[in-house]
Order: sequence, then C-alpha cells, then structure tokens
Amino acid sequence: MSILVIAEHDNASLKSSTAHAVTAATKLGNDVNVLVAGHNAQGAAEAASKLAGVSKVLLADAPYLASPTAENVAATALSLLPGSYTHVVSAATGFGKNVSPRIAAKLDVAQVSEATEIVSQDTFVRPIYAGNAFATVQSKDAIKVITVRTTAFDSAGAGGNGAVETIAAAADTGLSKVTGQELTKSERPELTSARIVISGGRGLGSGENFKMLEALADKLNAALGASRAAVDAGYVPNDYQVGQTGKIVAPDLYIAIGISGAIQHLAGMKDSKVIVAINKDPEAPIFQIADYGLVGDLFELVPQLTAELG
Amino acid sequence: MKILVPIKRVVDYNVKVRVKADGSGVDTANVKMSMNPFDEIAVEEAVRMKEKGTATEVVAVSCGISACQETLRTALALGADRAILIETDADLQPLAVAKLLKAVVADEKPDLVILGKQAIDDDANQTGQMLAALLDWPQATFASKVDLAGGIATVKREVDGGLETIEIKLPAIVTTDLRLNEPRYATLPNIMKAKKKPLTTTTPAALNVDVAPRLITLKVVEPPKRKGGGKVADVKELVAKLRNEAKVIV
Repeated sequence: MSILVIAEHDNASLKSSTAHAVTAATKLGNDVNVLVAGHNAQGAAEAASKLAGVSKVLLADAPYLASPTAENVAATALSLLPGSYTHVVSAATGFGKNVSPRIAAKLDVAQVSEATEIVSQDTFVRPIYAGNAFATVQSKDAIKVITVRTTAFDSAGAGGNGAVETIAAAADTGLSKVTGQELTKSERPELTSARIVISGGRGLGSGENFKMLEALADKLNAALGASRAAVDAGYVPNDYQVGQTGKIVAPDLYIAIGISGAIQHLAGMKDSKVIVAINKDPEAPIFQIADYGLVGDLFELVPQLTAELG
Repeated sequence: MKILVPIKRVVDYNVKVRVKADGSGVDTANVKMSMNPFDEIAVEEAVRMKEKGTATEVVAVSCGISACQETLRTALALGADRAILIETDADLQPLAVAKLLKAVVADEKPDLVILGKQAIDDDANQTGQMLAALLDWPQATFASKVDLAGGIATVKREVDGGLETIEIKLPAIVTTDLRLNEPRYATLPNIMKAKKKPLTTTTPAALNVDVAPRLITLKVVEPPKRKGGGKVADVKELVAKLRNEAKVIV
C-alpha cells in the first residue's frame, strides 16, 4: 500500500495541514510519499521529509508552480497515477478541496471528502449535514482519493528521514494563472492550529468592537475567529469565519463571545476540548454545548476577563 | 454568452435533520426542501451578468427526482431563462452529477458554468472541480468576485489566509462562495412568469451516463452528544475553573 499525500506549502515552508494529512496517510499504509509541487521549494520538501512516517518526498519544480493552480498540481499528481498508489490524501483545506476532486475525476473515481476517521483501507467516516450526522462510507474504486479533516488527525511529529527525489513537473496546462494575493497579516497563531481560539459574533455590534477581543487574544496568545453573522455584517474578513462553510477548528479552549450558536457555527467548533460562551441571552443555543457559560453583557465581561488574566 | 447554472434541491438550511433509527441515512420525508444556498448565489451571479449585458442566456439545470422541477422553477423566478431536469431516482454522487453536467455542456455549449461550492446536505465540495476536470476546463473555486472581459474571467477566490486573484480562460467553471453576492427574493409576478418559461426533461440513459454510486453508505449515526450547559456566575469563577478544573490556561 503506497499512499500519495499532496503537500500544501508556500515553497519555503510546509503548511501545518500537511503534517495532519501525513498522520492520516500512515493509518492507510507504511509507504507514504509526499508530492511537493512548487518552485524553489527545497525548504518545503525537506520539511516534509522530516515528518515521521514519510518514506519519500517527490519534488516537482517549475516556475509556473510558484503559486500552484489546481490544474497544474493535479496534472503533476496525475503523472504519478495510476499504478503506483492505492490512496491519494490531501488535507481538507481550501487548497486540498480545490485540487483533490480534480484528481479524482480524472481517475474516474469518487472522492471521500473531509474524512474524520479511517476505519480501514476502503472505509471512512465523514460528516454530512454540517456535522449533524456522520456517515460511514466504503469506496469500491481502485484508487481511493480522500481529503481529511485536519482537526481529526494529530500532526505528524519529527523523526522522519525520507529521501527527496526530484521528479518532472507536468507541462503548464495554461488554463489558469494566479495574478495576486491579499493575505490577512496577523502576528497571532493560525486559526486552524491555535491552542486557544476567541471568536466574536453579531453581539459585538461592529468591527471596531473586535479590538476588545484582540486585547483578550493577546493575553492568551489566541487566534481570532468569527461567526458567519459577524462576517456577513462586515465586522471582519471572511477568512475569520468558523463554521460549516468556513474553517473547522478544535482547539483546547474555544471562547465564543456574542455568538448565539447557529447550527452552521457549531459545526465548525463543537469538537473543541473546552468551550466557553459569553452571551447576554441565557436561552442562546451556544450555552447548550458550552462547558462554562457566562450570561451577561459582553462589553462589561470581556474587559473584566482581560483584566483578570493580567 | 451563455451561462449554465447547475442547482441542487436539498433539505432547507433551517431544518435540523434527524438520523433514521435504522442508521440508513437522514430522514428527509416531510421535511422542507429548498435550493442549495450556494446555488442561489450562483443563479444570482448569472442573472446579474445577464442584466449587465455580459450574458445573453442563463440556463438552470438540476439532476434528481421530479420534485426538482420546483427548484428549477425557483431559478426561473429568480431570472434564469429556461431549465433542464435530468430526471432520475438514483442516489446521485458528485462524480455522476459531474458526468451528467458534462453531457449537458456538450449539448448546450455554455461559455461559463457557475455552481455552488458545496451542497449543504452531503457537504462534498466536489462537483464543480470534477466537472472542470472532465471538460479539461479551468476552475475558479470559492469565488467572491467575478469579472468577465475579453474571454477571460478574473476571479477573486477565498483562500485560507485571505484572497487570491486568478485569471482563467473561458470556457470555465466558477464555484461560488458566500460573499459573491446577496441573492434576491423571487417576486410574485416573477414566480407567475416562471411557470411559463420552458423546462425540458431528459434522463441519464438518454445522455448515456452511468450514474451508479461509487461510494456505499454503510451507516449513518448521530454525532456524539456534547455534555454542555454548565454555567459560571462571574469572570472570577470562570478564570478559576479554566485554570484549576479544565487546566487550559495558566
């Protein structure tokens, strides 16, 4: 059983999502290879080779892979398939969700999206209906193409000693090119990998009031998130969104502030270890899943909490 | 320019689904059904392109049971010009839907296909990418802005760290993210007009597409219940509990 993991990286370094995907891959077989498709991506390739369980890194280098498009990453992955691999694994991040179905369709196989558990070589558990149900599905296809939810698999540790092998990149498909990026700059931990996440909802009332959460986040070295309602109201950018259609997080501590707890938000955070909710409405659904609920005016309670942690 | 908008009939966004007692799936009997919210955004975007004069025709297509006609009528009421139903009782999975849509594309020859990034029932997030692969067309997934000029679509995409702008050559696939637009509501006069717009029906067999499922669902279960509902009286108690009981802060 050889498993191909599609790496997500920025050339210089490997994204943490890949380390979670590698852990999922090691549950499927012991020959785990990682494809790094990039340009001058030696740094990312070396990082991948050091992950526990990785036997080989395949490095495809081409100028048009510097900001890789789904079309070009899929083309290079497909040049290695079919034949050599029984499974293709990607993290269910924006990158993986974009690339993986393209590979599956070209192979004429189904994709198993966002697996949270690997039952066996061909059987997986995945959430449906925003996590309100979990389906166990079995794939009958020759190659299993799966994306995995990063919060459901631990990050692979160091200790790997895989070889880095250079492979030819598939020719530029010429279908698509990246012309710009506007990345949210933040000194804070990344939302999907932070140990503590503080999220604000419509109860904050304005984008300006999110500053209050920043002060608290600084105290706790936490990442900042938001409900869809807060994103829709324009308080914060879309990449803050935690929920079914945003990011899925499962930190040690999740603090929901001014969030009522719509189903679609709960789908993104209910696997957090400890949940704290601060809301003025004692009937808010968020309290039903919170370990520690605090009913009251967030504009008084949040500054108090920040001060108390000082 | 012709735009094809595939849409899906799903359990309404506001319905809390229940898992069937025998674990065979989710109970969809007597539950309110609606157009997948991301597909509403796709219809809206296509209709706006027509209103701006960029597009000349908007064709909505759906795959599934005959009740999908209602969903197609909704698309027509929102401004689509005509509709196609690929009627089948089969359990359709994303690869099968992509193959059906490929057959419709071969017939209709649209310049652009706009569809929702994911359906809120199976949460697969696959169909657009799969259709792009089968057609060998470029894909712009998770779009929050689409501009068309000179046979090129410039698309702002929602990516994990922010936004990415890509340029793709038409014909192409675009999948919608939440912030692309805010869909309109269908007005009563438009709902009446929609009843007279053309809706044709075909079948997977007529399109020569094998829709047999590739994934077998072995069982469906409820998620593990979370033991919540605990309350604290004030900030002091909260911090003490987080430190000493939950031990998640120092």
